[in-house]
Amino acid sequence: MLNFSKTQIFGVAAFLAVVFVGVPLFIAATGRSDFYFTLTSVALLAIASAGVWLTFYIGRINIGQGAFALVGAYVSAILVVKAGWSFWISLPAAGLFAALIAVLIGLPILRLRGVYFAMITLVLTQVATLTALALPITNGAKGITNIPLPGAISIFGIPLVPDFSTLENSRMAFYFTATILMVITYAALYRLVNSRLGHLCRSMQQNEELASSIGVNITYIRILIFAISSFFGGLGGAMFGSISQSVYPATFVVKDSVDFMLNCFLGGLGYVFGPMLGTLVLYFGWDLLFEFGKYQMLIYATLLILIIRFLPNGLLSVRFGKGGGK
Amino acid sequence: MTALIQVKDVTKKYGGLIANNAISFDVAENEILSVIGPNGAGKSTLFKMIASFTPTTSGEVTYQGERISNLKPHIVARKGVVRTFQETTIFKSMTVRESVVVAQHLRAKASLAGYFWGSKTAKDDVTAFEKYADELLDFLGMSEISNEQASNLPQGSLRALGIAIGLATDPKVLLLDEPFAGMNHDETMNMVNLVRSVRDERGVTVMLVEHDMPAVMNISDRIVVLNFGEKIAEGTPSEIQNNEKVIEAYLGSVDDEIGM
Ligand SMILES: Nc1ncnc2c1ncn2[C@@H]1O[C@H](COP(=O)(O)OP(=O)(O)O)[C@@H](O)[C@H]1O
Ligand SMILES: [Mg+2]
Repeated sequence: MLNFSKTQIFGVAAFLAVVFVGVPLFIAATGRSDFYFTLTSVALLAIASAGVWLTFYIGRINIGQGAFALVGAYVSAILVVKAGWSFWISLPAAGLFAALIAVLIGLPILRLRGVYFAMITLVLTQVATLTALALPITNGAKGITNIPLPGAISIFGIPLVPDFSTLENSRMAFYFTATILMVITYAALYRLVNSRLGHLCRSMQQNEELASSIGVNITYIRILIFAISSFFGGLGGAMFGSISQSVYPATFVVKDSVDFMLNCFLGGLGYVFGPMLGTLVLYFGWDLLFEFGKYQMLIYATLLILIIRFLPNGLLSVRFGKGGGK
Repeated sequence: MTALIQVKDVTKKYGGLIANNAISFDVAENEILSVIGPNGAGKSTLFKMIASFTPTTSGEVTYQGERISNLKPHIVARKGVVRTFQETTIFKSMTVRESVVVAQHLRAKASLAGYFWGSKTAKDDVTAFEKYADELLDFLGMSEISNEQASNLPQGSLRALGIAIGLATDPKVLLLDEPFAGMNHDETMNMVNLVRSVRDERGVTVMLVEHDMPAVMNISDRIVVLNFGEKIAEGTPSEIQNNEKVIEAYLGSVDDEIGM
């Protein structure tokens, strides 16, 4: 099952080298340490986008990942600030809580397909924002601020991760944390897609009726996938809150949910690594267009439409042709 | 005759329309039973209720004495009653072999997590699925097209693929809705032989809906005739061919169509 081709191994090795060696060297040489922050954001958004991509894999357009990122950010912030948990434990807890919410919401809404499901998920982000404004525990519009930086991890007295607040360069530490998390996320996604669960998802994406006639419990798989997707959203959101050391109701808004979805379209729905590339391109694309001032949105939207029109299978389709990269 | 499937007083109403009205009959183990009738008679509706794709309005269907109607399709499939579709319903962007592999998932011994981590059981499962897929495709005479993408197949092969997917689940009862539709004479005869060997060699009980009368008369042990949601006759092919009611209500004057 783990029989990768030479090109695949080379590609992954090159990617890891760039991320873990190339980028730090480049930043050290140019002194552009602000790049760490930018690339960390890309990595975290790519984690959330991976979740959206997975819901595409069962044939559902998910425009609600911002809601789960927001849930994750708040859960982690509350656990760290109010309950005094270590950030490192709050991180998986945030993912699991987002997954739990996804199960509860998914039970009724995953029956819907196509544009109906998309519309409902679009509303979710707004609901999450309004909930954050209304609940006492989330502190309303003031949000949660002054979140302490992640603390140290040590096992049997051996320090594994230093306390981030003692570091001179916490940006670099966040960069490594976020990219490691991203690599794990995409490795897990790759495995999932290429294991039986992935095959069952594909069967459902192509024909839910036929899938159920061969005995696939489509309700269960849908919920499971939506929960995993939201777990990724919660994880990305929690980490994001920790880096900015604050969470507000508007930390993730509808535009973020739309971006998560666009990242997937742009990179390519047929490729596991599509959303990662899509996130990178979209994030930098938006920034590069900053110079155009008030025309930024117009140009951005036009370019997106052109790309989706002429590359319906995403940017990666240029490189691999149909069905590659999986 | 011991009944494997019993259809008991099954009624289906769509608003004011009675698609099936108090239908009852038994299906014996190892039988090939056809359900015939003009378009809109309620044949597909009946199959959908047997496989729990749609609930009955009243009445029930049992398999080995257990109710299988008004459940969920995947639960009925797990019990061994599997339906194929009237429309060519397939997994478009999978190859023939991939479709047949994925359709075997009910036989999986490893858990989904086991597959994720690549456990030994999971690897053995995959090997076994692939081996069986090749065997099955060989049995169905489809080895040559096993690596073709389903969306590229001609109509006849699509029907065969639909049956292959159904068979891959290792069913006890296979419900085939118009398996010969869109096939020419030779293809139909091939398929008739195939369905018969599915029953003879694999012990699968077959229920089918079909319009091709010569094929139905050739293949069926017994036939149930529906008309406007009512069961108007039941019997062997020769009984049906000579049944006054059938000739009058359904076959009318086109005697030659039933191959007499
Ligand atoms: N989902 C549905 N909603 C309303 N009416 C339906 C539905 N499905 C089937 N019918 C009606 O039930 C009758 C029987 O249909 P069907 O079982 O498909 O007939 P057959 O397969 O014998 O051609 C038809 O009049 C059809 O229009
Ligand atoms: Mg029909």
